Amino acid sequence: MPSADSAIFGRLTLDAIPYHEPILLVTFVATALLGLAVVWWVTRAGAWGYLWREWITSIDHKKIGIMYIILGLVMLMRGFADALLMRAQQAIAFGESAGYLPSHHYDQIFTAHGVIMIFFVAMPLVTGLMNYIVPLQIGARDVAFPFLNNFSFWMTVGGAVLVMASLFVGEFARTGWLAYPPLSGVAYSPGVGVDYYIWALQIAGVGTTLSGINLIATIVKMRAPGMTMMRMPIFTWTALCTNVLIVASFPVLGATLALLALDRYVGTNFFTNDLGGNPMMYVNLIWIWGHPEVYILILPAFGVFSEVVSTFSGKRLFGYTSMVYATVVITILSYLVWLHHFFTMGSGASVNAFFGITTMIISIPTGAKIFNWLFTMYRGRVRFELPMMWTIAFMLTFVVGGMTGVMLAVPPADFILHNSLFLVAHFHHVIIGGVVFGMFAGIVFWFPKAFGFRLDPYWGTWSFWFWVVGFYVAFMPLYVLGLMGVTRRLNQFADPSLQVWFVIAAFGAVLIALGIACFVIQIAVSILRRDQLRDTTGDPWHGRTLEWSTSSPPPDYNFAFTPVVHDLDAWEDMKRRGYKRPVSGFRPIHMPKNTWAGVVLAGLATLCGFALIWHIWWLAALSFLTLIATAIFHTFNYDRDFHIPVEDVVRTEGQRTTLLARA
Amino acid sequence: MSSDTTTAAAPYDRDVFHVEGEEHPQGSTLLGFWLYLMSDCLVFAVLFATYGVLGRSYAAGPSGADLFDLNLVAINTAMLLLSSITYGFAMLAMDKGRVPATQGWLAVTGLFGLAFVGIELYEFVHLIHEGATPQRSAFLSSFYALVGTHGTHVTFGILWLVVLMAQVAKRGLIPENRRRLLCLSMFWHFLDVVWIGVFTFVYLMGVLP
Repeated sequence: MPSADSAIFGRLTLDAIPYHEPILLVTFVATALLGLAVVWWVTRAGAWGYLWREWITSIDHKKIGIMYIILGLVMLMRGFADALLMRAQQAIAFGESAGYLPSHHYDQIFTAHGVIMIFFVAMPLVTGLMNYIVPLQIGARDVAFPFLNNFSFWMTVGGAVLVMASLFVGEFARTGWLAYPPLSGVAYSPGVGVDYYIWALQIAGVGTTLSGINLIATIVKMRAPGMTMMRMPIFTWTALCTNVLIVASFPVLGATLALLALDRYVGTNFFTNDLGGNPMMYVNLIWIWGHPEVYILILPAFGVFSEVVSTFSGKRLFGYTSMVYATVVITILSYLVWLHHFFTMGSGASVNAFFGITTMIISIPTGAKIFNWLFTMYRGRVRFELPMMWTIAFMLTFVVGGMTGVMLAVPPADFILHNSLFLVAHFHHVIIGGVVFGMFAGIVFWFPKAFGFRLDPYWGTWSFWFWVVGFYVAFMPLYVLGLMGVTRRLNQFADPSLQVWFVIAAFGAVLIALGIACFVIQIAVSILRRDQLRDTTGDPWHGRTLEWSTSSPPPDYNFAFTPVVHDLDAWEDMKRRGYKRPVSGFRPIHMPKNTWAGVVLAGLATLCGFALIWHIWWLAALSFLTLIATAIFHTFNYDRDFHIPVEDVVRTEGQRTTLLARA
Repeated sequence: MSSDTTTAAAPYDRDVFHVEGEEHPQGSTLLGFWLYLMSDCLVFAVLFATYGVLGRSYAAGPSGADLFDLNLVAINTAMLLLSSITYGFAMLAMDKGRVPATQGWLAVTGLFGLAFVGIELYEFVHLIHEGATPQRSAFLSSFYALVGTHGTHVTFGILWLVVLMAQVAKRGLIPENRRRLLCLSMFWHFLDVVWIGVFTFVYLMGVLP
């Protein structure tokens, strides 16, 4: 451990580069080569200017949404690589064999896996889908605060950059994904790992909170005329509830991590064992954020499934109103259950009973949703396209995963099952079966909207079956192991009779890896075959909501004329009533301008975080002051919008007219 | 929801499916800023809760009754409350479109804010000299975190106020600047409300035995 901080480099020394770890070295070389290849390719294509103008500085909610999803998918590769490493280690580390991962490395991997999968895979995928779809579904031209949207995205990237940097410079936390003190305190984790954790989440968390505020304001203020709250598409409803949860929970995470940072940097005693500190307070606070976070992830997935089920059953969603109320009830209840994450804390039977019961109550609105989806399919003309397949897999998987959750909600049972692989199996069951399947359903469903061609169904079907079968093979053994009493986060086992279950689980992980590979192939094949898969109508699935009324991909301004809404499923209503698309009378369209400020501010924040992690105080102060100065400088720019000239609108809409006539 | 009641609200024919003219959604900034304030409010909620849990964990160190000088804090509270009133006067002047009066009241507000931060810093320095450092006990950790976070907010509020004064000087009371001044107004009054909580829960209740 570096002891004395240098004035220039803080505690950053050459020893921080793990050149003596062959696994990391190979990973680094591979990553660096891949990065260089991308840089070379972009440079050769002369695309840096294009990237800067059209993507990096873009305030278009559609481009930001796509970038969020790319970030989520890239980080999925990293998070899944961690999963494979862990599965391989647990499959071989029995008895005499210590496996190939020493514990200090293994502990970083399971921490990074959890952090990455939640914060940098699930969150960007969810936020990306909401960013892309919500303004289109409510008939808006952008979000309420387009610049803030760009800034939020780059803050999320900044957090991801710090997590990735920890792989090659220094280390990551060895504490588990929620970094409980006193283990995460400076006495037991003196290195930079926990500091990477704190600042990565702090920076990404600011972005997430601001994006939550942005989308709430968008949904509340920018709906098309006639779209009352009870005519909002159900995905927009779930997005609204999710963003309310974001705004009402991420500040708690930020404040809690700030207190942990004070304990580590200043020597305060919030969560220490001595001088009056209280580590259990951290556990309470972090789960007051953490439980709503679970619903932040799953509610938009519920929204996707609702849209998919009603579209592919060719019917209005069964029980729309009850669906809305179920979503709102889940939103509220998600704040009343946090203590079920630590029944064993010792708060007594009455407190545990309260939280056990509130937890079980959540299964009621969730069950109502399942019935609504089933009744939507009932007597519908169900088309088994890929999004629908993901949805059915979700319904079967999620119900079982939910039931193991109800088991864990019974406090006496939880005393046996907590901290075991049963728990690990449960939350992977609902997160993969719910959130991941939901995101895949959403990506396949809305891909043609975003890119103008559908995803190849052949490779998509392979990906689907590998994922679904792989999931069951990988996680059912963990339920068995959990019931046998195997605890989580172990990197070596004494009892050889357990090994077979771990080998099966590892095989399941390989199947999921094939599922991911097929997904990548699916995208590549779809790009190559894009002419055959082209969607010229803008409405490839016979959709029901407003995003399908515009072209695929939508023009920068989304809608040449703001739509007027008379019914739930507005686009279905328009089609049924013989809506004629306007071909004349266009006007210039008022739009926000791109700006450099988001990426620069987020870059400075990331630099500040890096400096704080390594105790490079001068750089931290400098980057923070520059950040403030840049933000102030940016506020002196009042020239933030422009009009798309009417000729451009006429040309874009004219192209669509030709395309529609040809279709 | 029955669709009959809601259809009446939309002033469009059943067969009109798009707006002919330019549709301008109403500004969302004030709502967005209000949402931000609520998120900030949760940060303070966490700090208040932390103080609630740790506020009596003195670890054999000094307690609030030993440390707090209520007269000083009362003066400090007066500074902040007066600054809220003067910010209100600035808003009234802004409504009448009077640039010099607006700027004058903003300057007075900023000075009261500076006085508040100055007195708070004096109090902190004084406490630290007496050995009541943030590291001394969980009570003091949570005290400094809560009061210090509030003070940091006021400091950034003053910085923001100076920037806005420069922008009003440069461009006058244009709609953008009015909107910004309204946001800062909400921020400033919000900090005032939070301070009432700090004064009550930390100082007044802290000196009780």
